[in-house]
Amino acid sequence: MSAHMIPPALSLRLDEAQRLNPAVAALIGSTPKPDLSLAGWLDTLDTSDFDRLKFSRVELEAHLLALILEAQGLRNPVTRIDSLRILGGRDKTGLAENLDLTLRPGAIVSVVGPTGSGKSRLLHDIECLAQGDTPSGRRILIDGEVPEPVRRWAASGKLVAQLSQNMNFVVDLTVGDFVEMHAECRAVDNPEQAAAEVIACANRLAGEKFSAATSLTQLSGGQSRALMIADVALLSTSPIVLIDEIENAGINRRQALDLLVASDKIVLMSTHDPILALHAHKRIVIAAGAVSEVIETSEAERAHLATLEHFDRRMSELREKLRHGARLDALPLPFGTASWTP
Amino acid sequence: MRVITVAGPPSVGKTALILKTAKTLREEGQRLAVVKFDCLSTDDDLLYRREKIPVAAGLAGSVCPDHFFIANIDDCLQWATEIGADLLIAESAGLCNRCSPHVQGALAVCVVDNLSGVHTPKKIGPMLKMADVVAITKGDIVSQAEREVFAHNVWRANPQAQIVAFNGLTGQGSGELAFHMRAAPDLETLEGRRLRFPMPSAICSYCIGETCIGENHQRGNVRKMRFPEVFA
Repeated sequence: MSAHMIPPALSLRLDEAQRLNPAVAALIGSTPKPDLSLAGWLDTLDTSDFDRLKFSRVELEAHLLALILEAQGLRNPVTRIDSLRILGGRDKTGLAENLDLTLRPGAIVSVVGPTGSGKSRLLHDIECLAQGDTPSGRRILIDGEVPEPVRRWAASGKLVAQLSQNMNFVVDLTVGDFVEMHAECRAVDNPEQAAAEVIACANRLAGEKFSAATSLTQLSGGQSRALMIADVALLSTSPIVLIDEIENAGINRRQALDLLVASDKIVLMSTHDPILALHAHKRIVIAAGAVSEVIETSEAERAHLATLEHFDRRMSELREKLRHGARLDALPLPFGTASWTP
Repeated sequence: MRVITVAGPPSVGKTALILKTAKTLREEGQRLAVVKFDCLSTDDDLLYRREKIPVAAGLAGSVCPDHFFIANIDDCLQWATEIGADLLIAESAGLCNRCSPHVQGALAVCVVDNLSGVHTPKKIGPMLKMADVVAITKGDIVSQAEREVFAHNVWRANPQAQIVAFNGLTGQGSGELAFHMRAAPDLETLEGRRLRFPMPSAICSYCIGETCIGENHQRGNVRKMRFPEVFA
């Protein structure tokens, strides 16, 4: 017998490999010999098997190896980072942007500025870990370092989760089936339980309740947003969350932010909403394509937040009343008081 | 010459992806030529021309588009060489999921979109399985959860591929795709190189113009379906 080098992963038994990754299970199918090694199984295949699997022998071996190595890697979840550092580039006229901002897990930062000022550009720069190669010229460091090109591209997309007003669920599945599917991708130990937690959490954020049996595409705007936030907080691997304008959804925004912070994410949200802007620890002010100022939320501002939230609740009550057919002949307090002038 | 095959189902955003990536590549001083393969008609060559990118359009007409592609791809390379390009992108719509235009030695890019549903990566055959890079478009309008599940399913179908999230409207992802394209191997000719997956063997009467239904009209390589015997 020749001393053929077998990669360690291929000495796994078929049943072990099948348990490790559903993709391997699908590839191998039902087998009468679950205690055969992967290498042994490969040896039993003939031309018609390779034809059916649409792989050559060499390709199939590489494919199996990649599946197993990745599945083993997936058992070490969540990409962790210690810091995200944003270094200034230039504004729309080419003037230098004075910016050196370091953010750590648990930080909530709002991004404010007029429409078209460049809020989305900043979020894009973070998403692609810009290295002076985007129109803004900004540079993004992870844990204080410039990511190597290969690592940069491998990491982009994995580091950043995104939520925006334009995003919808499009897949034709029930909430329960889909969230469970997402949990399976993450290789969590009990996908069913993880899905139930996400749904319960989303229901705490949403005004109107929904169940695991609800179809994803039937969810209201507010319910979708609540589910997206709960899912990002509890199931997404990404340590950074970028939020683009979520204010109009019928959800408890404060609870939503608290949830993301509790899961140790770095949260950046572009917003026009004063309550969200002040709820952040800091706010980045953008004008003409560059960060003009980074403002620490002051004690006074925090105190105002309570007042603003009070008004916001009154506004919500009004909205609810009108939605249920009420007439508004007299303005309720505080809108009807003389002490409040616009 | 670096040769890049870009394939994907219709309307996933292949042309938008190439146009945005071309902008990045040209800013870096790369000279680009594009060949657009299509079946019956295409207006996309006008889009390339508007961006002043040299483009040739190949219409397969009554011939199988994938066979048409492989019969012409080396001529495309010679044309691109003659006009002084250093990077050739061959764009083709994968018309049946059984086919794949990817060639050994040329960078193979497959484009799929998030809207096509989370099970799609499993259904697309060698066009996705044999690709070096899988670009996933239209992520800006679906949920983060669906993006993650979709990318995971792409990885399951092709664990070796680099997965690139691409936004055809903003060009987000073009830096990454340009990075992979620049790293494509340099080739002088494609002669003698092989397809990564054989094209369907289907010489039958319908290949040569037969239009009538019925056993008497079926000749050559004909495969019949099998049906379940009892009601489930």
